[in-house]
This record gives sequence, C-alpha cells and structure tokens, in this order.
Amino acid sequence: MQNIGSGSLPLFSFVLRRILQMIPTVVFILVVTFVLVRLLPGDPASAMLGDRAIDADVERINASLGLDKPIPVQFLYFVKNVFTGDLGTSIALKLPVTTIIMQRLPVTLMLTLMAALLALVLAVPLAFLAALRREQTADAVIRGTFQVGLSMPVFYVGILMLTVFGATLKWFPVGGYGDTFADRLYHLFLPALTLAFSFSAVLMRNLRSSIIGVINAEYVDFARAKGLRPRIIMTRHVLRNALISTVTLFGLQIGTLFGGAVITETVFAVPGAGRLMIDSIYGRDYPVLQGLTIALAVLVSLTFLATDIFQAWLDPRVAR
Amino acid sequence: MSVAVEKIGLYPRLRRLALPRTLISGTIIIGVSLLIAFFPALFAPYDPIAFDYKALLKGPTLAHPFGTDSFGRDVLSRVIHAYTIDMQIAVFATVGPFIFGTIVGAYVGYAGGLAEAIFGRVVDAVITFPFLVLVIAIVSVLGPGLGNMYVAVGIVGWVFYARLVAAEVKVQKRLDYADAGRVMGYTPMRIVFRHLLPNAITPAIVYWMTDMALAILLGSSLGYLGLGAQPPAAEWGVQIADGKNFMSTAWWISVFPGIAIVIIGLGFSLLGDGLAQLLRVRR
Repeated sequence: MQNIGSGSLPLFSFVLRRILQMIPTVVFILVVTFVLVRLLPGDPASAMLGDRAIDADVERINASLGLDKPIPVQFLYFVKNVFTGDLGTSIALKLPVTTIIMQRLPVTLMLTLMAALLALVLAVPLAFLAALRREQTADAVIRGTFQVGLSMPVFYVGILMLTVFGATLKWFPVGGYGDTFADRLYHLFLPALTLAFSFSAVLMRNLRSSIIGVINAEYVDFARAKGLRPRIIMTRHVLRNALISTVTLFGLQIGTLFGGAVITETVFAVPGAGRLMIDSIYGRDYPVLQGLTIALAVLVSLTFLATDIFQAWLDPRVAR
Repeated sequence: MSVAVEKIGLYPRLRRLALPRTLISGTIIIGVSLLIAFFPALFAPYDPIAFDYKALLKGPTLAHPFGTDSFGRDVLSRVIHAYTIDMQIAVFATVGPFIFGTIVGAYVGYAGGLAEAIFGRVVDAVITFPFLVLVIAIVSVLGPGLGNMYVAVGIVGWVFYARLVAAEVKVQKRLDYADAGRVMGYTPMRIVFRHLLPNAITPAIVYWMTDMALAILLGSSLGYLGLGAQPPAAEWGVQIADGKNFMSTAWWISVFPGIAIVIIGLGFSLLGDGLAQLLRVRR
C-alpha cells in the first residue's frame, strides 16, 4: 500500500469521477434494451400470449405493462422497474426474470473466472519465455501457436476439446454441471479451458510486448546493477510494470469473455446465463433476453470500473 | 565511377522494394481465398447441396477428399462454396463501419471540443456493451440471417475505426502542413479529407484487416447458433454445427471447415501485420 501513501486523495476523487462517468453508459444500456424490445413485431402482450391471444387479454396486459401510455412515459416506467430490480416475468418459465438470472448468473461468473485464471496461468510464463527469447525459436513457436489460437472460433475449440478430452479420452465429463463445488470445478474445466484459449492469446501478445518494453527500462538496469536477484527483478520490477497495460486489456476483454461464455455454455450444455440467453431466443422469451442483456452489460461496466481502479492503484500516475 | 554511383543510388530503392514476408504470405492467402470466393464452381468437384444417399458419412477418399456429411453432400465442395458467403461476411460486415467510422473520426479529431467530449462518452458506452451479446440480441429481435447481422455489427463496429482515425487526425492537424493549408485559405473540409486523412487513415486500414478476421469468427459463430446463414447454405459455422453430433464417428464434417476459418484468420492477420510493417504503424 505504500505506493499510494499520501496520494490516497487523488485516488478517491478518481474513483468518484469514474463512477460519474458510468452514468451515460448506464443510460445507453437502458435505451438500447428498451428500443430492442420495441422493435419486435407486434406488441409484447401478443408475444406473451402467443396464438391464444384474445383482444381483452391483450388490452389487460398492455395496461398492466403501462403500454397504453406514451413512449417516454413507458421508458420512465421501464427505468423505475429496472432500478427496483423488477425485470418482468419469463414467458416460458412463469418466474420473475430477476430470480432466473440470479440462479444462472453465478454459473457463468464461475466459468469466466476460471477461464480468466487459466488464461493468466497460460499467458504469463509463456509471455516471459517469448520476451526473453525474443526473435528465437521458442518465441516463434509460442507466437505462431497463439496466432492459430486467435484465429479459431470458440465453438470450434469447444467441439474439438469435447471430442478429444471428453468423448474419446474420457478425462472430463462431456457437459453439464455438478452438485458439489469440486464436482463443478471438474465439470467446468473443459469449458473454461475453451474460453481461456483465445483469451490467453490476446493477453500473451500484449504482455510479451510490454515485457520487452519494460525490460530495457533504466530502472531495471538499476535494479540489476544493485545486484538484485533476477527472480526479484522479474517479479517485482518487470512483471508489475508490464502488467499495467495488460490489466486494462483484461478489463476490456471481459465483454468478449461473456460473449464467448454464451457459445461455450451452448457447446458444453452448461446451465449458465449464456445458455439461458440462447434458450430465450429460441423460445422467444423476450423479457428474459432483455433482462440478461441489461445484467451482462451492467456487469461489464462494473468490471471496467474495477479494472480502472486497480490500474490506478498499480500506477498512481493514472489517477492524476 | 558511374557504376559505383549507380550502386549507391540503387540500394535504398531495392530496400524499399523488399516487401515484408508477412505481407506477401497474407496477400497470397487472401488473394487465393477471393479467387475461390468469386468462382467456387471452378474448384468444387460436386454440387454443394446435392444429396447422395449412396455415400452417407463416408470418410476422406480420392472421390471425396474431405469425406461426405450425413446427407451425402461432398464436404470439400461445401467448404469451397462457403468461401463465397464467409468472404462476403468479412467485407460486408466491415466496409460500412470503416467508411462511417473514418468520416466521424476525421470530424471529431479535427473539431475537438464538445464533439470530442460527446464522442468520448459514446465510445465508453459502446465498448461497455458485450459485443457478441448485443449482436445476438439484435439479430434475435430482427430475425436470423446475414442482413440483420450486418446491421447489428454496423451499429457498434464504426466506433473502433472512428477512435483510431480521431486520434491520428488530432496529431496530424498540429503539423506544419496543416497550418500551411489553413494559410492557403483552404476550407476545413478540404484540409481534413484531402490532406490530413490520407496521412491519418493507415491505422484504420491495418485494423480493418483484423476486423475482417473477427467478422468471419462472428459470422460463423452466428451460423453455428442458427442465427446467421441458414441451412442448407454452405457456410463454415453451419457446417461445423451440422457435424457436431458426428464428431466421434465422422470428424471430417466439422474439422475441415474449421481449418478453413483458421487459414482465413491467419491470412488476414498476416496481411494486417505486413501492412503495419510496410506503412510503419505502431500496433
């Protein structure tokens, strides 16, 4: 913590400023999701009732949803409902959307967290190896492999992993989700590895070039001249400074990771929020689709906030 | 004497002619892909959607080098015909955002001030949205199909080009030649589009190559989910989805289209890296 020291006030005002900057983002998320559902052919009531709709029911539901009011008023209703945690009722499951999302979201969060950790475990040592052996065989092999990884679609990686490690070698289950925590880790390992595959490629590329940039800095020469052990130089001085830009990238990639989770959960039949999203599309369950879009977008913007704060803590210059 | 002068004079030109290897290999991959995309029938041995019930799920043989799928369709012919759709995705999903983003970026970069402040908030809002989640949501509301995918990608995609161009125009407008243009009494329009933009557009062009590879990944992902190109059309994502239930018994249905995606992706990356090297863009 000593690096913040007397500078904790700039950090505080930075956090405050950063939170205020989130307001337009949240407004944008709400407008987009509101407009999205208005774009649907027909009114939500007919969509909810399907073929069995009779006029009286349609009117009753439209009134209960506030749909007989002008559009700006409807938008305010919508905003009020979202802020009070009311995202409507699922058409297919007849349950509050908030309840369903709360059941499914933890699965996706665990999956993305595991994927992020696996990606770091893969990327950090390989980035060091590639950076220290720059322009040599090891570097070329590592970069080539990751370039192929970047060009592979998530669903393709998933199907290959499922076939090789699941169906053929039977090292891992071919899908689903366990009951105990350990069982869940076991079930989610392959999906997480699938997600981590392209993510680690992005991290590795960025980290490699930052390490190359940092390794020639004067303060690293100084640390070497001071006689510090190479391991200490690498972890304390090089890695810490090289990680700053990677942390930003890490945050920016969270949205991509959620997108990837939608596909991975579909491939591995993981009962998470991503799978729920695809199911809600096929089942035309628009309240669920809308609620999920809001929830995921808000989660991503909170992650951005967290990474910005973490970055300001790593590098106090950011906060000024 | 004259020979020596010639040698010295020629040397820098020869160096300039030596194109980056990445650029050459990328150009070859994408050039061949475009050729296949325009004339698939010249390369494909069979009709990509013709059923053959006498050759179901046949492994790779001389008659069917990539095997056949569960309807007896020739996988090689389908992979070849898919070039047409997937290269079309790469171009159609990115060209609109590229043009619109460049124009907005040029304006914002030159005008600065309020325009820049508003643009900054728009960028923040758009990059917060999980891209694939938004595209899936829009496509599912507008209905599955490639046309709606282009709309969905366009709503978001222009921001990245605009950001790159705005940053570069901001640097260029402070240089002497921009001042010279102003002294000459040129209109801002002329300065921006005739003089600044040609110098500011290279990062956007380099990013365009990456973006085309991303568009193919996105298009094939939607195809896989059933929200993009619709069966029986030959598209790599659709093909991989067709074969996913036969992976243990007939791996060739899904594996070959996936290799095609990887090769195209590598081609665009090499082309982008090569252009960056050639035009000296920092990535």
